[in-house]
Amino acid sequence: MKGYLGIDVGSVSTNIVFMDDDTNVLESLYLRTNGQPVATVQRGLRQIREALPQQTVIRGVGTTGSGRQLTGIVVGADAVKNEITAHAVAASHLVPGVQTVLEIGGQDSKIIILRNGVVADFAMNTVCAAGTGSFLDQQASRLNIAIEEFGDLALQGKTPVRIAGRCAVFAESDMIHKQQMGFNLEDILAGLCEALVRNYLNNVGKGKEILAPVAFQGGVAANAGMRRAFERALGMEVIVPKYFNVMGAVGAALLAKEAVARGVPTRFKGFGVADMEYKAGSFECDGCPNLCEVIEMAEAGKIIARWGDRCGKWSNAVSVEQTAGSVS
Amino acid sequence: MKVTFPHMGYMYVPLKAMFKYLDIDVVVPPPCSKRTLTLGAKNAPEFACLPLKLNIGNFLEVKEQGADTIMMAGGCGPCRFGYYAYVEHEILKDLAVDYHLVVLEPPEKHIGELLTRIRQITGNRPWIKVINAIRYGYLKARATDEIERMSYQIRPRELKAGATDRALKQAIDEIDRADSPGTLPAALNRAREIMQAVPVDKNRPVLKVAVIGEIYTLLEPFANQNIERHLGQMGVEVDRSIMLSEWINDHLFMGLLKNVRSSQRFRKVASPYLNHFVGGHGEETVGSAVWYARQGFDGAIQILPFTCMPEIVAQSILPRVSEDTGMPTMTLIMDEHSGEAGMITRLEAFVDLLHRKHEQKEALTS
Repeated sequence: MKGYLGIDVGSVSTNIVFMDDDTNVLESLYLRTNGQPVATVQRGLRQIREALPQQTVIRGVGTTGSGRQLTGIVVGADAVKNEITAHAVAASHLVPGVQTVLEIGGQDSKIIILRNGVVADFAMNTVCAAGTGSFLDQQASRLNIAIEEFGDLALQGKTPVRIAGRCAVFAESDMIHKQQMGFNLEDILAGLCEALVRNYLNNVGKGKEILAPVAFQGGVAANAGMRRAFERALGMEVIVPKYFNVMGAVGAALLAKEAVARGVPTRFKGFGVADMEYKAGSFECDGCPNLCEVIEMAEAGKIIARWGDRCGKWSNAVSVEQTAGSVS
Repeated sequence: MKVTFPHMGYMYVPLKAMFKYLDIDVVVPPPCSKRTLTLGAKNAPEFACLPLKLNIGNFLEVKEQGADTIMMAGGCGPCRFGYYAYVEHEILKDLAVDYHLVVLEPPEKHIGELLTRIRQITGNRPWIKVINAIRYGYLKARATDEIERMSYQIRPRELKAGATDRALKQAIDEIDRADSPGTLPAALNRAREIMQAVPVDKNRPVLKVAVIGEIYTLLEPFANQNIERHLGQMGVEVDRSIMLSEWINDHLFMGLLKNVRSSQRFRKVASPYLNHFVGGHGEETVGSAVWYARQGFDGAIQILPFTCMPEIVAQSILPRVSEDTGMPTMTLIMDEHSGEAGMITRLEAFVDLLHRKHEQKEALTS
């Protein structure tokens, strides 16, 4: 069997998919990053290796998410693309003709507008992180309900309570206030969903033209309450694609396929990286008053990458060697 | 008297040259850094914009080197910058950091107004010498601008990562070292040679993106997190809507010099969207988006400091310009909380968008 790996390393979750040549997703993993991106990716690779048949050939690897560069260096990726591109590519693959992508992840939420299959516009949350998965997670645990039940309970709400959704701090205090007033849990949860959707459309959507078909993806798309709130606010059907929670990884795999299709051999270092020793270190550069914290990554004792410096003094020193190495 | 001034990109090169020519002691603040910003953000009001915070940081850092007179630009109209010189002076006074303040307001009617203010620093030096100094400073600004613009062409095509940055630093130093109007032309030639020596791939396809918006965040690389460098390294040829020498001619010389690029070209085409002054460069920002779209640029990125009113007006108009002209635009807002990684993600996504659009356009026309 031959196929492609897509790895999406986010702040909350790390997702890995294996996609065969006909772009069918055969394996998909959803792991918690737990603040250890490299260890999590290694754990994921081990699990994928066990799940795949012995003779599987990896033709290309793509990484995305906030840990894309780091992971790209560790595994040897063919495509390192940001999450907006990856999500857009995956959405237009799984939801043919999609014109709007609503994406809510752990820390980020974004909207992508596609026209004729090309990204025409996008936006990401900027000033405030209200309305992202972490906030819902936090509220669920505060109310002592499992995050998986959140959506179904919210769907049972008959008269959603109006909750201030401008900012996560206000939303939380307003919600507590409504609880003290005696509103029932289902109505409060439904109200919270509506508040977050309002927040999303005002702060991220900002008047962009939302046309059908609309895809809703990211971890929060599992929440049926959020989906219904979107449908009511937009007045149109909202599609949750099959792999909604690993869309970034699906996109990364598709981009990897695209990258190696031009005839370049894959840079994938093999599943062996799962057992390799990676060590990250850091130091403060005292070359100028910026005092940049430079991070370096060592693979089996050899420094393979550095980043974090504003001037490029340290990062360029390693990357030059790399370009020279890849030529020969 | 030891004169100093805030940083704004390579503005220190012409200003230092001018003061030295007039035999006035001058201290250039250390380059803007994390320390500058920390000092500024600590002592400035939270809702003041990034330029004010960095200015205060500059002044506090340079005081340690013995400066005692600040030369600062002023202004009038809806942009708050007009009173920044005075606000900064008051803040410094509260911190018991004493400076003598000289504000160079753009002349309202006649260039003579500007000259009177310059007198406060130049004292009894003959006018002809002052005028020669200004001319010399302007020529230095022209020279640094030319070198900077060369780097926009070279960086996306460089064969070795970081080569342009190294050459740019050397070339600017070369111009900075020229110590008289007589030696400047030779220094400029050497600077040009340094830039031309960077090995490039002339046939590499590049995208063209304009950076437009507020002058300080455009000119000061620390304030815009080196956006030009990041774009260049992503294979994008940049053009900046405001260059220092153009601004000097437009605002301080009141357009006295003809046959140079001027923001007039932006104001002319802004009118269907915005046809009056909104402060700062708001009107020019809208116009520049239209102008660059007509020049066939692939996209434009607007940069502004958080809470900048004129640019917020422009930002709200840009989506319509973008819709009418078909050129995508994006806005980046800078303040002391802006993370570089977040900015790079947005830049990458924008460049990806332009790439795919470009490919599609080529597929349709071929």
